Amino acid sequence: MAITTAPGITRKPGRPAPPYPPGPRRASLGRRVRDNLTGHAFLIGAVTCFAFFSWYPMVRGVVMSFQRTRRGVTTWVGWDNYERILADPSFWAAWKNTLYFTFLALVLGYAVPFFVAVLLNELRHAKGYLRILVYLPVMLPPASALFLFKFYAYDPSDAGLFNSILTALHLPTSQWMQSAEMTMPAMVIASTWMNMGGAVLIYLAALQGIPGELYEAAELDGAGIWRRIRHVTIPQTRLILALLAMLQIVATMQFFVEPLILANGTGTQDSATSVAYLIYQHGFFQNDLNGAAALGVIMLVVLAGFSAAYVRLSAKQD
Amino acid sequence: MSVPQYRRVAAMALAAGLGLGLTACSTKSDDGGTTAAGKVTITVDCQPVGSQKELLANWNDDVAEFQRQNPDIVVKSVSVGEQCNNPPDFTARLAGGTVTDVFYGYMTDLQQVLDSGQAMDVTELVTKETVPTWDSVDPALKEAFSDGGKLYAVPVKNYSMGLVYNKVLFQQAGLDVNNPPRTWPEVRAAAKKIAALGNGIAGYAEYSAGNTGGWHFTSLLYSQGGQILTPDGKKADFNNALGKQVLQNLKDMRYGDNSMGARQLLQWGDLLTNAGAGKVGMFVGAPDATQAIVSQFQGRFQDWAMGPLPGQDGQALGTLGGGEGYFFKKGLTPEQVEAGLKWIAYQKLTPGKGQFDYVRAKPQNYPVGLPQPLLFSNGSDAQKQELALRKANANVDTANFAAFETNPVPIKGEPRNAQAIYAVLDAAMSGVLTNPNANIDALLKTAEDKVNQLLATQS
Repeated sequence: MAITTAPGITRKPGRPAPPYPPGPRRASLGRRVRDNLTGHAFLIGAVTCFAFFSWYPMVRGVVMSFQRTRRGVTTWVGWDNYERILADPSFWAAWKNTLYFTFLALVLGYAVPFFVAVLLNELRHAKGYLRILVYLPVMLPPASALFLFKFYAYDPSDAGLFNSILTALHLPTSQWMQSAEMTMPAMVIASTWMNMGGAVLIYLAALQGIPGELYEAAELDGAGIWRRIRHVTIPQTRLILALLAMLQIVATMQFFVEPLILANGTGTQDSATSVAYLIYQHGFFQNDLNGAAALGVIMLVVLAGFSAAYVRLSAKQD
Repeated sequence: MSVPQYRRVAAMALAAGLGLGLTACSTKSDDGGTTAAGKVTITVDCQPVGSQKELLANWNDDVAEFQRQNPDIVVKSVSVGEQCNNPPDFTARLAGGTVTDVFYGYMTDLQQVLDSGQAMDVTELVTKETVPTWDSVDPALKEAFSDGGKLYAVPVKNYSMGLVYNKVLFQQAGLDVNNPPRTWPEVRAAAKKIAALGNGIAGYAEYSAGNTGGWHFTSLLYSQGGQILTPDGKKADFNNALGKQVLQNLKDMRYGDNSMGARQLLQWGDLLTNAGAGKVGMFVGAPDATQAIVSQFQGRFQDWAMGPLPGQDGQALGTLGGGEGYFFKKGLTPEQVEAGLKWIAYQKLTPGKGQFDYVRAKPQNYPVGLPQPLLFSNGSDAQKQELALRKANANVDTANFAAFETNPVPIKGEPRNAQAIYAVLDAAMSGVLTNPNANIDALLKTAEDKVNQLLATQS
């Protein structure tokens, strides 16, 4: 006999479930706060920190972008700051640089860690040792890592590390950060090296979540490493790849420390100026905090678009 | 205590800690500057940093002695790293309203300070009674800190630019160490000889980043007789034959003669680091550049000398001058301003005391004998006293600065909105120093457009 329904657990239809929480049994506010004291205490701390250090400055920045302060008197100037910022020749140069950096960071900074992770995952020996080696640069403070690149790797003289290697390979040397064409690729190379470890670990975790049977089946079907990557690895890590691409875009569009340290700010003829650096320059070198705020709001809007896409992707993954 | 109880207490403590921490951050300690005992308190910044042990000890001794002489005044010193020489940090503190009661600023900061609405008009308060040497202070410096006929800061230091050169490298290159180049063509010829020594040595080094490129472009333009802005300060005035000459000279040296070294995009510390390492033959700088080379970049005083800023075909037609002073925060009580003025008078403007205590500085790792600070007018009583003290206690060879001192070049102040303009002009400097195909006309035109736009929006 097939079992259909266990006896005694059927419910009579027709009576709707009581609304939650039921009216008379609802606890008072004080009681509910007391019951969840620990949670509320933590929440207050977190909310207070966010309010002071994130939300308030953000709102203040938006307000400031419509104001102008002269002789200590603040006046409402409408869109003036935005018009001024849009007319600044460095504005478009900075956006062009930022988009170029983001593009290069997607090609290099995004793809390289994935392939390193795949390689590490495929390795049979010395896996742990190599993982540590790949992760080590993340532990260096960004400024130290960038100074290493600035003074040793990117030294434009023939004594520079990269130029020595190029010379040994009988290739032409480069001016690195002193060449307008090389500024962006050089910054992306340094940035990729610095940040690769974290991404590699995330990819590795995703790769190790792929059921081994899929690879076994592919191997039985005669698939080599490249076909296994194409038909098993990439489809199985698709969502992680998409999420990290989005995070990469949002993070790299705010690049700041690379131009500040590697290029002493703007680089040769604005070739290194990023939008984030331009905000800093307006605010702290040009005595134009209102213009900086307007630029910050423009950037916020652009990044909000990418973040919205990220949130949608996250929801899809959940 | 049970585990849940313990967690609850820990959470409360954490929340309370956070709340208190944030409250503490927003609490102002401003009590009007007067304590219950009737003492007037002032906060003053630019206390030397801890690594400058002797300077810090001197400062603390000065505070102690000043308070002994003025028992009704309490001086609270503030030091936040190298904040006094860091424009972004200064801007942040100004914008955040966290400057001290008496706060340090460059001459070029005047407009920024006025815009922030934080400077106090001290015209009526600075007198011979509050600052005994006030009549001796160079009127041009007072003017530099004035706006609309009102004085907003008390000048405490002044400098002008010249040609700093390395005597050792001059000797090695067969150049006359006592006769530095007087014209830009002579600089170019000397730079070639020094660079020919090899070993990565730059015959002449120049800035092109971090606003210092624009700062030096201005100085080089002044040497040609040019100016950055029109006299009314409303338009850029460097996109002309003189501006072109400045950039052409540099481009010729960098790519024609290859005498400026491989590394460019230098800012202040980069150039001085190279200089301290003996890799720079000549550069444009103020006398205190040699002090920085010694104290921060492991160089030696005896290696360095200074000549006047070169001109194009003869003596320079002008040289950049600048300086620093102390502002007074708006809202101070008259007693606090008076106390602040007394302190500045004691520490910064009295021959034999504070920054002029050469007897104390002589045995220390601090130079005495540099032709700086140019604070008092020529022939004034204070200048005579200061010069006599400086000569009697010199611990650097004043002969190294004789060429600079005996050939004074007319000093010209920095332009309005100097730091913002310097940031723009960095691009023109980096253009000719990093791109052999740089188009000088285009560089100057772009910079001109940017500066004009900047001036239009700042007016």
